[in-house]
Amino acid sequence: MTRISDAALTHLRSVAFADGERYSVIEPIGEGGMGMVYRALDTGLEREVAVKVLRAPTDAGLAARFRQEARVLARLEHPGIVPIHDAGVLADGRAFYVMMLVRGQPLDARARELRTLTERLRLFQRICEPVAFAHGQQVIHRDLKPANVMVGPFGEVLVMDWGVAKVLGAAEPPVSSGGDGVHTGHGTVLGTPGYMAPEQAAGVPADVDHRADQYALGAMLTELLEGFDAPPAVRAVAAKAMAATPGARYGSVMELSADLDRFLDGEPVQAYPESAMERLARVVSRHRTAIILVLAYLLMRLVLLLFRGP
Amino acid sequence: MKKPVYGMLLGGVLGVFDGLSALVSAPEVAPQIAGIVIGSTFKGVLAGLIIGWFARKKNSLAAGLVFGLAVGLLLAYLVSLMQKMSGQPAYYWEIMLPGGLVGLIVGYATQKHLERPARAAS
Repeated sequence: MTRISDAALTHLRSVAFADGERYSVIEPIGEGGMGMVYRALDTGLEREVAVKVLRAPTDAGLAARFRQEARVLARLEHPGIVPIHDAGVLADGRAFYVMMLVRGQPLDARARELRTLTERLRLFQRICEPVAFAHGQQVIHRDLKPANVMVGPFGEVLVMDWGVAKVLGAAEPPVSSGGDGVHTGHGTVLGTPGYMAPEQAAGVPADVDHRADQYALGAMLTELLEGFDAPPAVRAVAAKAMAATPGARYGSVMELSADLDRFLDGEPVQAYPESAMERLARVVSRHRTAIILVLAYLLMRLVLLLFRGP
Repeated sequence: MKKPVYGMLLGGVLGVFDGLSALVSAPEVAPQIAGIVIGSTFKGVLAGLIIGWFARKKNSLAAGLVFGLAVGLLLAYLVSLMQKMSGQPAYYWEIMLPGGLVGLIVGYATQKHLERPARAAS
């Protein structure tokens, strides 16, 4: 993260927000491809918020994408997506928008605290929900990665940083500069290496649809499985989500999540054709207690039969 | 299907099977098998109803197993006591062991299967 200088922060504090100094900047908390994010106080409602301020007011492409990000956030009203509260223009011409101040941990930090595979998979499924919702609204995130998923103290998941999101059917904002090697426009590359689907890495936005997000989710799932002796079935789910060709992936993120549900419920998953022995082991494992109880009953009957009096 | 109904059905089926198994474990009771099966079925249905009701109230596999075992043993003990009072052998082991295990099975099944009803918002 690049820290801004004290002078810049002082300048920013001195700049009045367009709507009557409603927001008082406290400190910078992050930097994205398009601008800085500050922790600020909403003096009207007396609560802390996050304010994202566009870096350069003269970059028309950047400004267009910034406005689109704000509109995308406004469109995506879901508990798993950071809500936007306000938007406007600073006195110096830079656009800004105000959103919920997210408190929590990035996904990778939270995942390290989860000791069981089931906990991690349930957490992953909670990420799938807002992503699937966004897809239903024709919005593709295009930069899903652990750093863009925050987990709150009660396990609530918030998908963040929709700055390079694509709205299907809408014109793509023009090329702009950005951090992490993230660029927009035809012929340039969007996303983060390691989480980027092959068709996304090829740099043709028209080829990218909701299945690109599924690839990124598959990469995140693969990371969540690290450190566990995960069964082949769940590894197959991640591998299917990360298939090289979009057509070989799940039809939707909810289908991916449903396959994990099947795994967690001890049912066969779509992604993995199991052998007869694996099926038997799974069924026995799933109904272990019931099988033990029935066997105990039969054993008891046998013992009573053997030891019954003359 | 509600958990008490499910418990009654399962308890009834296991009760029939449990009653019939007396033909194997104690062939000398064959002349009274109809009464044994009816009694065992009634006991299973009653146990299933009580255990199913408990499962509806309490969502805990461990608690369901303990409660099922307790109900199964208690009802089986009452049956043994009735046997004794009618001048026949009490068959404590032969009646209480299967009764307890049937209670365990019903306790397990009613906890694991079917959803509990959602609580109304206050």
